[in-house]
Amino acid sequence: MKPSGRAWQLTAIATAIVTALGGYAIFFVAPREETMGQIQRIFYFHAGTGICAYLGFFVSFLASIGYLASRQSEWDWMAVATAEVGLAFNTVVLVTGPIWAKPVWGIWWTWDARLTLDFILELLYIAYLLLRTMVAEPERRALVSGVFGIFAFLDVPLSYFSIRWWRTEHPQPVIGGGPGTGMAPMMWYVFLFTGIGLLALMAILSRERYRLEALRHEFAELAAGAEDEPEPVETKGLSR
Amino acid sequence: MRNFWSILIAYLAAWAIFFGYYVSVGRRLTRLEADFRRLKQRAGRD
Repeated sequence: MKPSGRAWQLTAIATAIVTALGGYAIFFVAPREETMGQIQRIFYFHAGTGICAYLGFFVSFLASIGYLASRQSEWDWMAVATAEVGLAFNTVVLVTGPIWAKPVWGIWWTWDARLTLDFILELLYIAYLLLRTMVAEPERRALVSGVFGIFAFLDVPLSYFSIRWWRTEHPQPVIGGGPGTGMAPMMWYVFLFTGIGLLALMAILSRERYRLEALRHEFAELAAGAEDEPEPVETKGLSR
Repeated sequence: MRNFWSILIAYLAAWAIFFGYYVSVGRRLTRLEADFRRLKQRAGRD
Protein backbone atom coordinates (compact mmCIF):
# COMPACT_ATOMS: atom_id res chain seq x y z
CA MET A 1 0.00 0.00 0.00
CA LYS A 2 1.37 3.37 -1.04
CA PRO A 3 1.57 5.89 1.81
CA SER A 4 -0.49 9.01 1.15
CA GLY A 5 0.89 12.56 1.13
CA ARG A 6 -0.74 13.14 4.52
CA ALA A 7 1.01 10.08 5.97
CA TRP A 8 4.33 11.50 4.76
CA GLN A 9 3.51 14.90 6.24
CA LEU A 10 2.85 13.24 9.60
CA THR A 11 6.09 11.27 9.22
CA ALA A 12 7.96 14.52 8.55
CA ILE A 13 6.44 16.17 11.64
CA ALA A 14 7.24 13.12 13.79
CA THR A 15 10.80 13.09 12.40
CA ALA A 16 11.26 16.78 13.23
CA ILE A 17 10.09 16.15 16.81
CA VAL A 18 12.27 13.04 17.27
CA THR A 19 15.39 14.73 15.83
CA ALA A 20 14.84 17.83 18.00
CA LEU A 21 14.48 15.66 21.11
CA GLY A 22 17.48 13.63 19.94
CA GLY A 23 19.53 16.83 19.74
CA TYR A 24 18.48 17.72 23.28
CA ALA A 25 19.38 14.21 24.48
CA ILE A 26 22.83 14.38 22.87
CA PHE A 27 23.72 17.64 24.61
CA PHE A 28 21.90 17.35 27.93
CA VAL A 29 20.81 13.75 28.66
CA ALA A 30 23.70 11.52 27.51
CA PRO A 31 26.28 11.02 30.27
CA ARG A 32 29.79 12.41 29.95
CA GLU A 33 32.21 9.78 28.63
CA GLU A 34 35.19 9.20 30.95
CA THR A 35 38.10 9.02 28.49
CA MET A 36 37.22 11.57 25.81
CA GLY A 37 34.98 13.87 27.81
CA GLN A 38 32.33 16.03 26.19
CA ILE A 39 33.67 15.70 22.64
CA GLN A 40 32.49 12.07 22.63
CA ARG A 41 28.93 13.40 22.18
CA ILE A 42 29.71 13.77 18.46
CA PHE A 43 29.58 9.96 18.36
CA TYR A 44 25.76 9.95 18.60
CA PHE A 45 25.25 11.65 15.26
CA HIS A 46 28.60 10.77 13.62
CA ALA A 47 28.16 6.99 14.03
CA GLY A 48 24.38 7.12 13.48
CA THR A 49 24.86 9.03 10.23
CA GLY A 50 27.56 6.58 9.16
CA ILE A 51 25.22 3.61 9.64
CA CYS A 52 22.53 5.43 7.63
CA ALA A 53 25.05 6.12 4.82
CA TYR A 54 25.97 2.41 4.69
CA LEU A 55 22.27 1.53 4.65
CA GLY A 56 21.61 3.95 1.79
CA PHE A 57 24.44 2.44 -0.25
CA PHE A 58 23.18 -1.06 0.58
CA VAL A 59 19.67 -0.26 -0.68
CA SER A 60 21.23 1.29 -3.80
CA PHE A 61 23.24 -1.91 -4.27
CA LEU A 62 20.10 -4.08 -3.98
CA ALA A 63 18.19 -1.76 -6.33
CA SER A 64 21.04 -1.94 -8.86
CA ILE A 65 20.82 -5.74 -8.77
CA GLY A 66 17.04 -5.40 -9.06
CA TYR A 67 17.40 -3.27 -12.19
CA LEU A 68 19.93 -5.57 -13.84
CA ALA A 69 17.69 -8.56 -13.14
CA SER A 70 14.37 -7.03 -14.19
CA ARG A 71 15.24 -3.94 -16.34
CA GLN A 72 12.43 -2.06 -14.63
CA SER A 73 13.12 1.69 -14.35
CA GLU A 74 11.72 1.91 -10.79
CA TRP A 75 14.75 -0.01 -9.51
CA ASP A 76 17.07 2.47 -11.20
CA TRP A 77 15.21 5.40 -9.63
CA MET A 78 15.54 3.79 -6.22
CA ALA A 79 19.25 3.09 -6.80
CA VAL A 80 20.08 6.69 -7.66
CA ALA A 81 17.82 8.13 -4.92
CA THR A 82 19.37 6.08 -2.13
CA ALA A 83 22.91 6.49 -3.50
CA GLU A 84 22.56 10.28 -3.48
CA VAL A 85 21.02 10.35 0.01
CA GLY A 86 23.71 7.94 1.22
CA LEU A 87 26.30 10.32 -0.19
CA ALA A 88 24.78 13.25 1.73
CA PHE A 89 24.94 11.20 4.94
CA ASN A 90 28.50 10.09 4.23
CA THR A 91 29.47 13.74 3.70
CA VAL A 92 28.20 14.45 7.22
CA VAL A 93 30.41 11.59 8.48
CA LEU A 94 33.46 13.06 6.73
CA VAL A 95 32.77 16.55 8.09
CA THR A 96 31.97 15.63 11.71
CA GLY A 97 34.80 13.07 12.02
CA PRO A 98 37.64 15.62 11.74
CA ILE A 99 35.85 17.98 14.17
CA TRP A 100 36.00 15.11 16.70
CA ALA A 101 39.56 14.13 15.70
CA LYS A 102 41.22 17.52 16.20
CA PRO A 103 40.76 17.77 20.00
CA VAL A 104 41.25 14.00 20.53
CA TRP A 105 44.14 13.19 18.14
CA GLY A 106 45.56 16.70 17.71
CA ILE A 107 45.15 16.42 13.93
CA TRP A 108 42.16 16.82 11.62
CA TRP A 109 42.86 13.83 9.42
CA THR A 110 45.06 10.79 9.00
CA TRP A 111 45.14 8.25 6.19
CA ASP A 112 44.27 5.22 8.30
CA ALA A 113 42.24 2.34 6.88
CA ARG A 114 38.77 3.46 8.02
CA LEU A 115 39.18 7.10 7.07
CA THR A 116 40.76 6.31 3.71
CA LEU A 117 38.14 3.70 2.79
CA ASP A 118 35.34 6.06 3.79
CA PHE A 119 36.89 8.84 1.72
CA ILE A 120 37.13 6.45 -1.25
CA LEU A 121 33.46 5.58 -0.67
CA GLU A 122 32.60 9.28 -1.02
CA LEU A 123 34.58 9.51 -4.26
CA LEU A 124 33.00 6.33 -5.65
CA TYR A 125 29.46 7.61 -5.18
CA ILE A 126 30.36 11.06 -6.55
CA ALA A 127 31.70 9.15 -9.59
CA TYR A 128 28.43 7.17 -9.70
CA LEU A 129 26.39 10.37 -9.91
CA LEU A 130 28.78 11.94 -12.44
CA LEU A 131 28.60 8.81 -14.57
CA ARG A 132 24.83 9.19 -14.79
CA THR A 133 25.18 12.69 -16.25
CA MET A 134 27.44 11.36 -19.00
CA VAL A 135 25.04 8.80 -20.50
CA ALA A 136 22.05 10.36 -22.25
CA GLU A 137 20.07 7.27 -23.20
CA PRO A 138 17.96 6.20 -20.17
CA GLU A 139 18.23 2.40 -20.53
CA ARG A 140 21.96 2.56 -21.14
CA ARG A 141 22.39 5.00 -18.24
CA ALA A 142 20.51 2.68 -15.91
CA LEU A 143 22.54 -0.32 -17.08
CA VAL A 144 25.95 1.36 -16.74
CA SER A 145 25.16 2.93 -13.38
CA GLY A 146 23.63 -0.36 -12.16
CA VAL A 147 26.92 -2.15 -12.82
CA PHE A 148 28.91 0.71 -11.28
CA GLY A 149 26.54 0.81 -8.28
CA ILE A 150 27.32 -2.83 -7.51
CA PHE A 151 31.05 -2.20 -7.89
CA ALA A 152 30.97 0.92 -5.69
CA PHE A 153 29.20 -0.94 -2.88
CA LEU A 154 32.16 -3.33 -2.52
CA ASP A 155 33.90 -0.58 -0.54
CA VAL A 156 31.15 -0.55 2.13
CA PRO A 157 32.02 -3.91 3.81
CA LEU A 158 35.71 -3.01 3.55
CA SER A 159 35.07 0.29 5.29
CA TYR A 160 32.78 -1.28 7.90
CA PHE A 161 35.16 -4.12 8.83
CA SER A 162 38.36 -2.07 8.55
CA ILE A 163 38.32 -1.23 12.27
CA ARG A 164 37.91 -4.93 13.06
CA TRP A 165 40.48 -6.25 10.60
CA TRP A 166 43.25 -3.71 11.12
CA ARG A 167 44.62 -1.60 13.95
CA THR A 168 43.46 1.87 13.06
CA GLU A 169 43.66 5.35 14.52
CA HIS A 170 39.88 5.35 14.30
CA PRO A 171 38.33 4.06 17.56
CA GLN A 172 37.62 0.34 17.69
CA PRO A 173 33.96 -0.74 17.34
CA VAL A 174 31.67 0.18 20.21
CA ILE A 175 28.73 -1.82 18.87
CA GLY A 176 29.46 -5.55 18.63
CA GLY A 177 33.13 -4.96 19.32
CA GLY A 178 33.53 -7.91 21.69
CA PRO A 179 34.50 -8.05 25.38
CA GLY A 180 35.36 -4.75 27.02
CA THR A 181 33.42 -2.68 24.53
CA GLY A 182 29.92 -1.24 24.67
CA MET A 183 28.09 1.70 26.18
CA ALA A 184 26.26 2.64 29.35
CA PRO A 185 22.48 2.02 29.08
CA MET A 186 21.67 5.74 28.88
CA MET A 187 24.21 6.16 26.05
CA TRP A 188 22.48 3.32 24.20
CA TYR A 189 19.07 4.96 24.60
CA VAL A 190 20.35 8.29 23.26
CA PHE A 191 22.14 6.54 20.39
CA LEU A 192 19.05 4.51 19.42
CA PHE A 193 16.71 7.49 19.74
CA THR A 194 19.01 9.65 17.58
CA GLY A 195 19.35 6.76 15.14
CA ILE A 196 15.58 6.44 14.73
CA GLY A 197 15.39 10.15 13.87
CA LEU A 198 18.21 9.86 11.34
CA LEU A 199 16.64 6.79 9.72
CA ALA A 200 13.31 8.59 9.40
CA LEU A 201 15.08 11.60 7.89
CA MET A 202 16.80 9.28 5.45
CA ALA A 203 13.47 7.73 4.43
CA ILE A 204 11.96 11.18 3.81
CA LEU A 205 14.92 12.41 1.75
CA SER A 206 15.02 9.16 -0.25
CA ARG A 207 11.31 9.40 -0.96
CA GLU A 208 11.65 13.00 -2.22
CA ARG A 209 14.65 12.10 -4.38
CA TYR A 210 12.78 9.08 -5.79
CA ARG A 211 9.82 11.35 -6.63
CA LEU A 212 12.18 13.65 -8.50
CA GLU A 213 13.55 10.77 -10.56
CA ALA A 214 10.06 9.45 -11.35
CA LEU A 215 8.95 12.92 -12.43
CA ARG A 216 12.01 13.25 -14.69
CA HIS A 217 11.07 10.00 -16.36
CA GLU A 218 7.49 11.20 -16.84
CA PHE A 219 8.72 14.51 -18.24
CA ALA A 220 11.09 12.81 -20.68
CA GLU A 221 8.25 10.60 -21.96
CA LEU A 222 5.92 13.57 -22.31
CA ALA A 223 8.59 15.60 -24.12
CA ALA A 224 9.33 12.71 -26.46
CA GLY A 225 5.63 12.32 -27.18
CA ALA A 226 5.09 16.00 -27.93
CA GLU A 227 5.34 17.07 -31.56
CA ASP A 228 7.67 19.96 -30.78
CA GLU A 229 10.84 19.35 -28.87
CA PRO A 230 11.12 21.28 -25.58
CA GLU A 231 13.28 24.38 -25.70
CA PRO A 232 16.84 23.50 -24.65
CA VAL A 233 16.85 26.19 -21.96
CA GLU A 234 13.96 24.46 -20.20
CA THR A 235 15.59 21.07 -19.83
CA LYS A 236 19.09 22.41 -19.30
CA GLY A 237 20.40 21.90 -15.81
CA LEU A 238 18.32 18.80 -15.12
CA SER A 239 21.19 16.72 -13.87
CA ARG A 240 20.54 13.00 -13.88
CA MET B 1 31.93 23.07 29.02
CA ARG B 2 35.14 21.99 27.34
CA ASN B 3 34.86 21.26 23.60
CA PHE B 4 31.27 22.49 23.64
CA TRP B 5 31.88 24.61 20.54
CA SER B 6 33.37 21.67 18.63
CA ILE B 7 30.26 19.57 19.33
CA LEU B 8 27.94 22.44 18.45
CA ILE B 9 29.79 23.18 15.19
CA ALA B 10 29.72 19.48 14.22
CA TYR B 11 26.00 19.26 15.03
CA LEU B 12 25.15 22.43 13.10
CA ALA B 13 27.35 21.37 10.17
CA ALA B 14 25.49 18.04 10.00
CA TRP B 15 22.13 19.80 9.89
CA ALA B 16 23.39 22.37 7.38
CA ILE B 17 24.34 19.51 5.02
CA PHE B 18 20.97 17.76 5.48
CA PHE B 19 19.08 21.02 5.02
CA GLY B 20 21.20 21.99 2.00
CA TYR B 21 20.53 18.64 0.40
CA TYR B 22 16.79 18.89 1.07
CA VAL B 23 16.72 22.38 -0.50
CA SER B 24 18.69 21.07 -3.50
CA VAL B 25 16.15 18.28 -4.12
CA GLY B 26 13.27 20.71 -3.59
CA ARG B 27 14.69 23.21 -6.09
CA ARG B 28 15.21 20.50 -8.70
CA LEU B 29 11.61 19.34 -8.18
CA THR B 30 10.26 22.89 -8.49
CA ARG B 31 12.24 23.48 -11.69
CA LEU B 32 11.01 20.22 -13.19
CA GLU B 33 7.40 20.99 -12.30
CA ALA B 34 7.79 24.38 -14.02
CA ASP B 35 9.16 22.60 -17.11
CA PHE B 36 6.15 20.30 -16.98
CA ARG B 37 3.74 23.23 -16.92
CA ARG B 38 5.49 24.92 -19.86
CA LEU B 39 5.45 21.71 -21.88
CA LYS B 40 1.75 21.18 -21.21
CA GLN B 41 0.95 24.79 -22.06
CA ARG B 42 2.80 24.51 -25.37
CA ALA B 43 1.09 21.23 -26.14
CA GLY B 44 -2.24 22.97 -25.46
CA ARG B 45 -1.36 25.86 -27.79
CA ASP B 46 -0.39 23.53 -30.64
